[in-house]
Amino acid sequence: MTVQAAGGRQGVDWLRRRSLLMEVGIVALVALFLMFIVPLLLSGFRLNLMGRFLALAIAALGIDLIWGFTGLLSLGHGVFFALGGYALAMHMKLQIPATASSQLPEFMDLYGVTELPWFWRPFDSFPFAAIALMLIPGLMAGLLGYLVFRSRIRGVYFSILTQAMTIIFFNFFNGQQKLINGTNGLTGFKTILGATVSDAGTQRSIYLATILLLVAAYAVCRWLTSGRFGRLLMALRDDESRARFTGYNPTGFKVLVFAVSGALAGLAGAMFTLQSGIISPKAMDIAFSIEMVIWVAVGGRATLVGAVLGALVVNFGKSLLSEKFPDFWLFFLGGLFLGVVMFLPDGIVGLIRTQGVEWFRNLTGRSKQLSTYPSLEEDPEAQYERKNIDDRKSDG
Amino acid sequence: MNEKILTIENLTVSFDGFKALNNLNFSLDTGELRVIIGPNGAGKTTFLDIITGKTKPTEGKVFFKGRNLRPYSEHQIAQMGVGRKFQTPRVYLNLTPRENLELACNRNKGVFSTLFVKTPPAERRTVSGLLETIGLPHKADMKANLLSHGEKQWLEIGMLVAQAPDLLLVDEPVAGLTDEETERTGELLLSLAESHSVIVIEHDMEFVRQIAQGQVTVLHQGSVLCEGNFDDVQSDPRVIEVYLGQEIDHDEDASLENIGGLLEPVNAEMN
Repeated sequence: MTVQAAGGRQGVDWLRRRSLLMEVGIVALVALFLMFIVPLLLSGFRLNLMGRFLALAIAALGIDLIWGFTGLLSLGHGVFFALGGYALAMHMKLQIPATASSQLPEFMDLYGVTELPWFWRPFDSFPFAAIALMLIPGLMAGLLGYLVFRSRIRGVYFSILTQAMTIIFFNFFNGQQKLINGTNGLTGFKTILGATVSDAGTQRSIYLATILLLVAAYAVCRWLTSGRFGRLLMALRDDESRARFTGYNPTGFKVLVFAVSGALAGLAGAMFTLQSGIISPKAMDIAFSIEMVIWVAVGGRATLVGAVLGALVVNFGKSLLSEKFPDFWLFFLGGLFLGVVMFLPDGIVGLIRTQGVEWFRNLTGRSKQLSTYPSLEEDPEAQYERKNIDDRKSDG
Repeated sequence: MNEKILTIENLTVSFDGFKALNNLNFSLDTGELRVIIGPNGAGKTTFLDIITGKTKPTEGKVFFKGRNLRPYSEHQIAQMGVGRKFQTPRVYLNLTPRENLELACNRNKGVFSTLFVKTPPAERRTVSGLLETIGLPHKADMKANLLSHGEKQWLEIGMLVAQAPDLLLVDEPVAGLTDEETERTGELLLSLAESHSVIVIEHDMEFVRQIAQGQVTVLHQGSVLCEGNFDDVQSDPRVIEVYLGQEIDHDEDASLENIGGLLEPVNAEMN
């Protein structure tokens, strides 16, 4: 029974604190498991995949923040992902031993560039690159968001705009052969912070760093989505003009969330690039940006755990299926997405939260959990209304 | 207390040539409770849209506490002290009543203060008090989509009060409520009118009779048709004409009371 007695403020506070502590404990346990147990269970190749997918999960958190909680469906996060990836890749391309014949990245020699372009220079410094890999996509998202949200562009139009953005960036990066090696992208990284990138020990450290960054990203998202700010985001998602008439200006809130979301995608791009060894304009492919949304949909919108879980499940599913059924694995993937959209509107986490809890309670012989109080729970009219409201919600 | 809180001068709003409001003049004293009635399409909702900044006037001016509202957008006007309740209850269904009220109660609605400042105890107390007033303390911590229609209407009125506005705009607060709920809503509005200026837009004549202590304004085709106390307005032949759409025999006991009955099926359809 979750019925709270009148004046249950203290009780609610106490429950919240307890569940927060439990959450911290669970997150820490999962992180430790990923850091120290999983490397013993997986082969080197699989562990590398795990690291990449954990990096993608950071991007999924960003998507969940802007789509799941704020209701803005961005189909252009691939751009922010790539910007982060390029920022770090440029730094690594500049780690040229002093003894080398040319002090330029090798593709520049190939295309006859004799002097390092000005915008490459600051990336020589690691601190600059580390900040830029989040700051550049974040600022980019903030600027785009400001222009779009100020003009009250929402819904489908916002999604179309973000798609257009991916095309513009894709074509631009594809065409700049001399500046950033165009369609081939940046690859062949040698060292980072003095360590050889391809070294097993370095990759292990990168894997650990990815997990720590994922936990940090989770904490930031959790902080943003709880409390008054988080509730306002949901209010903007459910009824933006109501929030206006209450005195809130939605523009600032949405710009901030979009910028944070873009920065997280940038961080994800950088960590992914480190482990995959390449960043190319392919990351700005529209299909990849849409895929990010699918991870979140499969895992469960507006649940941060769902975003992480979705990114891991879909990507591992993808890699296993493509090994087992190289010819028609894409059909399986398509079927999975159709199934989720049709039968699991709230994703995996949504299913666990509703059916899973009930199933567990039945199994342990406990009574059905009530979300309200008995008379309302059994009232057919209330059930009908709730069902209708839920239907309407899934349209949005 | 005879200052005007709201003055509207020669207001015209046209949408592609159609004049939703036509040369309308209106003023409201500080602390007054005014009821606005009018047939469907009289421009009542446009009238509220103008005051809250959702629509900008084509011609004419709107002054709130002496300030021309034209350059301000919705959230700025709301911060100046205009609160609006919508026709169908618009509360945030995925939040609890307490969270709904806390959002409305938040004094500083900037991005960073909402993010970094914890809800101060004074606001928490206000919210608890309001939950008592609107009769929802026992449902304070469950999602608002589980509330009944009447409870949502009340929650939205509560949110309006939490916003601490000087002028309350209330659009059909009793649409779809039971008789008992209607009466309680009337009492609530009357108690709010003691400390706020209130404009109520309503169809239900029985309810108008309950709350209209002072003046009633009748809108018709985007202009003020007449103003006066409820009994005068009710027996005004022009008002009867616009409600029935034709001249009727004045010897018959035709009054808005009967018309109110005629209008009810229309209301039911609208909701």
